[in-house]
Amino acid sequence: MEQKKNISRIFIGFAILFLIVILLENLSSFIPGLPQVFQPTSPLFTVLKKAAVYSLVAVSMNLLNGFTGLFSLGQAGFMLLGAYTYAILMVPSDQKEQVYYLFGGCAFNFSLLDMFGGIFGKTGVGGAISMIISCLIALILAGAVAGFFAYLIGIPVLRLKSDYLAIATLGFAEILRAIFQWQKLGKITNGANMIKGFPTFSSFNITNASGATILRLSTFVPFLVSSVCILIIVLLINSSYGRAFKSIRDDEIAAEAMGISLFKHKMLSFVISSFFAGVGGALFAMYVANAQAKAFTSVMTYEILLIVVIGGVGSVSGSVIATFLYVACSEWWLRFLDSEQYIGGFKVPLLRNGFRMVVFSVVIMVIVLFFSQGIMGGNEINIGAFLKKISSKSERKR
Amino acid sequence: MEYVISVLLSGISVGGQYALIAIGYTLVYGILRLINFAHGDVFMVAGLLGIYLTATMPVYVSIPLVILITVFLGFIIERAAYRPLRSAPRMSVMISAIGVSYLLQNTATYVTGGQPMTYPVIPFLSSTVNVAGTQTKWVVILTPILVLVLVYALNMLINKTKVGMAMRAVSKDFETSRLMGIRINAIISVTFVIGSALAAVGSVLFFTNYPAITPMAGAMPGLKAFVAAVFGGIGSIPGAVIGAFIIGICETIIKGLPSAWDVSVFSDAFTFALLIVILIFKPQGLFGEAATDKV
Amino acid sequence: MRKIFALVLSSVMAVSLMACGGAAGTDGGSSASGDTIRIGVFEPSTGDSASGGKKEILGMQFANSETPSVEVGGKTYKVELVMADNGSSADKAPSAASELVGKNVSLVLGSYGSGVSMAGGPKFDEAGLAAIGVTCTNPNVTAGNDYYFRICFLDNFQADVLANFAIDKFSAKKAYCLGENGNEYDQGLVVFFKQVFEAAGGEVIADSFPTNNSDFTSYLNKAKSEGADVIFTPVSIAYAKQIMEQAASLDIGIPFLGSDTLDDNMVLEATKGTNLQLYVSTFYQEGGSETFDKGVKGYINSNPDALAANGGNDTISAVTAMGYDAYYVALEAIKAAGSADKGAIKAAIPSVKYDGVSGSIAFDSIGDAVRDTAYIKTADTSTGSWAFEKVQSGSSK
Repeated sequence: MEQKKNISRIFIGFAILFLIVILLENLSSFIPGLPQVFQPTSPLFTVLKKAAVYSLVAVSMNLLNGFTGLFSLGQAGFMLLGAYTYAILMVPSDQKEQVYYLFGGCAFNFSLLDMFGGIFGKTGVGGAISMIISCLIALILAGAVAGFFAYLIGIPVLRLKSDYLAIATLGFAEILRAIFQWQKLGKITNGANMIKGFPTFSSFNITNASGATILRLSTFVPFLVSSVCILIIVLLINSSYGRAFKSIRDDEIAAEAMGISLFKHKMLSFVISSFFAGVGGALFAMYVANAQAKAFTSVMTYEILLIVVIGGVGSVSGSVIATFLYVACSEWWLRFLDSEQYIGGFKVPLLRNGFRMVVFSVVIMVIVLFFSQGIMGGNEINIGAFLKKISSKSERKR
Repeated sequence: MEYVISVLLSGISVGGQYALIAIGYTLVYGILRLINFAHGDVFMVAGLLGIYLTATMPVYVSIPLVILITVFLGFIIERAAYRPLRSAPRMSVMISAIGVSYLLQNTATYVTGGQPMTYPVIPFLSSTVNVAGTQTKWVVILTPILVLVLVYALNMLINKTKVGMAMRAVSKDFETSRLMGIRINAIISVTFVIGSALAAVGSVLFFTNYPAITPMAGAMPGLKAFVAAVFGGIGSIPGAVIGAFIIGICETIIKGLPSAWDVSVFSDAFTFALLIVILIFKPQGLFGEAATDKV
Repeated sequence: MRKIFALVLSSVMAVSLMACGGAAGTDGGSSASGDTIRIGVFEPSTGDSASGGKKEILGMQFANSETPSVEVGGKTYKVELVMADNGSSADKAPSAASELVGKNVSLVLGSYGSGVSMAGGPKFDEAGLAAIGVTCTNPNVTAGNDYYFRICFLDNFQADVLANFAIDKFSAKKAYCLGENGNEYDQGLVVFFKQVFEAAGGEVIADSFPTNNSDFTSYLNKAKSEGADVIFTPVSIAYAKQIMEQAASLDIGIPFLGSDTLDDNMVLEATKGTNLQLYVSTFYQEGGSETFDKGVKGYINSNPDALAANGGNDTISAVTAMGYDAYYVALEAIKAAGSADKGAIKAAIPSVKYDGVSGSIAFDSIGDAVRDTAYIKTADTSTGSWAFEKVQSGSSK
């Protein structure tokens, strides 16, 4: 009974969050003359979108590194797989010629968007339905492809321990990148060129017949997808599988002695984590509006790893909070460090291009060394309990 | 024929430079069980130091100074970033290493302004020589010789001196050697000092041959050197050196294969594929001692 | 206790930064209403393309110092350049673009590098903000984006010019092309070059090297052993520099052809005192406009930051001239629009015609500049400067 209540509270919590996000993005259309920050084009929304995408990837990495104790550095590789799967499946056929202009068109002349467009129509409500369905299927397939490759890679690699596993998965990500950049596969991967022209977050904005935007949903969409995925991961962590993962993390030998199949559970965790990394990669492609292998380097993996560490290894809510802080700091709040600043007549020394990243990496080192628990340690913020507290407080007032 | 010789020559020189970095990895890993991700970046910083110092002072002063400062840097990194985490899980130390690497790269970007820097011309090393009809630099021929000399010296140090004995003891068993009265922290510092000094020497040779330095210049050689260390058997110095030469030569051969096959882009990927194959089939490497707890 | 402290610390940091961000946001709120018009500069100043991006910014800054105001509707507005660093990477570009949008600029100039332009493009498109590409040469920058224009020629034109030059000048039969794996600029040029060169009866060997590669001797020796007549290397500056340096020590004896990226001081320096032959196609040749040359040299030499950005000497890069022209095209567009409103400026750009130092600039229906010639220049290895070779046009279509 109590648990049911808790779950319904969690749903209410998410509903409120989504409502706030939608409201925030559309605020400027109700109330004119708001400060720049609330305009739909402000960096606030770019940061929110990116952070929503990255939080999913960070949580998926945390599932592997924090909950199962497998130190994998292959996240960027699986994101790459997801991004390309999504992109290749979603570019409309009539745009393929232009996108693959170096290779005289794509060898894979099929588009989910066109397929469903043919069923439900390409405009109006039918267009919306076909877009939503095709996007959903493409996202799931993106995850599935990443998961499938994770399975193949996992068979040999998961026997390795800690740092060897890390370096082997890092190596796989690099190999994948080289393959996707190979000009000989250009008919499929577009070689070095980026694939673009597929639906992005902005495609979900609802427009009226004349093309003016009525309701902006471009920030809501990544929030929705990420939340659902993270919720699934949380449910998994709280299930008996999740307990098995944690026992492997804490003591492999003891776990095995308790009858937990090490390889099976490690594989399960690896595949699921990669599945969501693949979905995250597809979302990332939607965020940058293109898919290009060049972006998915080991630097990206390191960034996500640092986010996980800042949030607290083994804490889902920590990863999410850390992602929003990290993305906002590096892409928005700390940008002023990159240009000359004057306080009164005094020119602040040292400030010039690149200083932002120096400050940023120092902060990260401080966190790693002195606050190794991160923001949350291994704890969680329980939305249900949080809401309960609020509601019980208001009840008491009454 | 000329072409084959030229490919082999560059393979040997690349291998030699990887070897100098790989020794640093293998020493540190042997003792701390830590992949020191920052090692490649220390190598890059040594290169940058070489540029800035040579601009203000003659070469015979600046190069020893570069080695000294790099040694100091390695020492400081160990003190500040790894020592406080000695009792922490291995993953935390590795994350700290990634953090240091991130910091060094970003600082280098800030200092250089992101522009590629040119390594100064070092007399003699940079001058060209003709080997069997192929033009090459002296440094290409000297690198393997210097590597062999250094490895010999290092082997003497490890096998014949007290410090070396302590290093071997620590890498065998951390706790027991501490009980035996070995000052672990001092030994680890010595390891980092040796590793950094070799990285500095490696940077002089590498950047004389390939004179452009970008903030990312250390990352790839660093990773490849690590692969070489694993290939040769972690903890084994001759293993690391042979592994490095094999990887260097294989890499240049792949680059030199006929363009019609278009496989030269996989020269990096090959290194990693090799690593995975080794880890699966012979995890102790070519010369490593079989140990059950390593992999 | 420690955790609480960490939480408090991070939240304090977050709040204070939020205040900073908010403050920065609000003072950007009222731009066009005052006496200033803001022009966004969307350029890389960190990352791989930083060197080129900084030189392009230099041209804009010089133009801005020369003409710091614009007269619109009888009122004089001060023109302010607003910088945003896109970090040379496609994943940083969208946020840099929205940073500019957030600062209410009237239009945007940039970027150096096509990949970042394509990644940032949709943000400008959404915001209804026009962007004028300065030296992004990939066809896909403007195709499918109504709000992206550009003042430079395209990759296919450039490759066409160089292929024709190789045939005209060296009667080349076999060309070795070397590009970075996964770099759309390099690979695009190589493919276009191959099309033209093979259509003319030549043979092309295309090769690529992995990112962060530093040993090019194997590739150069391969070119030599396969008997190439020319080597075409449309690579970014850092690689070009290394290729030149290693080619010099190999005594290669084959002429090099380069694209506009190779028109850079650092590459030039690498060829000084060697017997390399390097020919590059470019937008501008020093000496094309004496007043511009003199002005920009004076500007570079009087300002230590500018000197550092230009690589420590006062050789004029073509991208600097392009940045300079882009600024004036922007002013023309503002004048033609008669206001600082971004919508009006976007509508005005297609009809803008301007005679810049790099030639006359007009836009076609896609938003690309109409250009039919490129300058070819060669590195004078004894003096370390560029020498004008010829004006080359592409194959007649």
